[in-house]
Amino acid sequence: MMYTEKVMEHFRNPRNMGEIPDADGIGTVGNPVCGDLMTIYIKVKDGRLEDIKFKTFGCGSAIATSSMITELAKGKTLEEGMKITRANVADSLGGLPPVKMHCSNLAADALHAAIEDYFKRQKAKEVKG
Amino acid sequence: MDHAAGKPVEPRVTEAMLPYMESSFGNASSLHVFGQEAKRALEDARAKVAALINAEKRESIIFTSGATESNNMAIKGVANRNKDHGTRIITSAIEHMSVVNSFKFLTTRGFESVFVPVDKYGFVILENLEKVLTDKTIFVSIVYANGEIGTVEHIREISKIVHSKNAYFHVDATAACGQVPIDVKNENIDLLTISSNDMYGPKGVGALYIKAGVPVEPLLHGGGQERGLRSGTENLPGIVGFGKAAEIAKREMQTNSVQLTKLRDRFIDGLLKPIPYSFLNGHPTERLPDNVSVRYSFIEGESMLLSLDMIGVYASSGSACTAKTLEPSHVLLAIGLKHEEAHGSLMFTLGKENTAEQVDYVIGLMPAIVKRLRAISPLTPKELNV
Repeated sequence: MMYTEKVMEHFRNPRNMGEIPDADGIGTVGNPVCGDLMTIYIKVKDGRLEDIKFKTFGCGSAIATSSMITELAKGKTLEEGMKITRANVADSLGGLPPVKMHCSNLAADALHAAIEDYFKRQKAKEVKG
Repeated sequence: MDHAAGKPVEPRVTEAMLPYMESSFGNASSLHVFGQEAKRALEDARAKVAALINAEKRESIIFTSGATESNNMAIKGVANRNKDHGTRIITSAIEHMSVVNSFKFLTTRGFESVFVPVDKYGFVILENLEKVLTDKTIFVSIVYANGEIGTVEHIREISKIVHSKNAYFHVDATAACGQVPIDVKNENIDLLTISSNDMYGPKGVGALYIKAGVPVEPLLHGGGQERGLRSGTENLPGIVGFGKAAEIAKREMQTNSVQLTKLRDRFIDGLLKPIPYSFLNGHPTERLPDNVSVRYSFIEGESMLLSLDMIGVYASSGSACTAKTLEPSHVLLAIGLKHEEAHGSLMFTLGKENTAEQVDYVIGLMPAIVKRLRAISPLTPKELNV
């Protein structure tokens, strides 16, 4: 098996899988053409990631990294969330095969995109308000 | 159920090989008694391989290290030796990488490589072949049956077209040989690639059939073994095993094929019927008896493989993620699949020891696996435009 037991465990039992219908921020990265597509939904309260969920089309490591980032990010402040890197995700899973490091390790990017989407929405609200 | 990647060696083959690994250590080029015994075994194996494809004589068979070498030798050897005839060489869009990369290499050496497209089933489009085939074409190389999607090409018709312009015709029969009857005389094939392991023989040995009179330049120069076309001391145990495998294949192919085809169709039916948005890759009937290649929309192949692997079922996928490259298989793209469709492919290659019970077991597992992965996936019918 090319994957660590930790990767397989997250693949078997992904945490926080699903959508948040009234999400405060949504981040989508990847492309079905490349074989990996990830969407992260966040709910923000008092500057913290109160809830986070994901939906992923992709290989085993794409699903495992998505699951792992929801664990790493949940409860953290938005600043802390922005600081989670691809390397943090891979390390928390006990490593990923080299070929997967680029394409299937997009979860950190998806989280950052969701947080940026949240900021954008806040700004839009201020302008309107 | 991933026999295309490697088949178990037949016990009868192993048994035939053993004496040549333990005590018959002769070199077929030696004059003494051990050498002569080795020579006899070598020629006996050559005759068996020749008989399997109905070659006119056993000398037409050149033993190699496997299908990759045979394809390289046929393509580079015929191109280089017949440069004065022209520069165009033609193949199809669904060839094995040993063919694709040999053609690409020759492009850097001044040859003009043309890749003929295939239709949605994977059949070479004959009109397109006719269009690009010129009097200056050296040869055409086409796969007998693609191992990934199983489609068996219309070799006889292609052969007629190729020979109408006096080009040579090379056929890569790696996946097909031993599964479907091949007759190089009747089908008018000039060069044919055969692999030992694909017919339950040992790995590391294969052959190239070269019709008498077809000029080929060797890849390996040395002591002049194999009529000077493939130097290097013969891999005798491997060759003896290959010969035995060919003998068994010739005798048992018919029975095995009927059985495998039945199993294959039961499998395909069971994988597709209960699951919406599922499709067959390749042609439903004109396909190799062992090949089951399907795809499921909205999910990715490797995640299906992992799910099966966890329960002890081993398959393969056309997906990028399992391979060394991140691109989906060129074969699946060539039959017109979109990237995301190609990524959702799952391939089983059945072997003669697989049973109906095993097939039914996997059929029973798939709906839950697909359902779970689709629940995780953000894709829906609308997003994939199906």
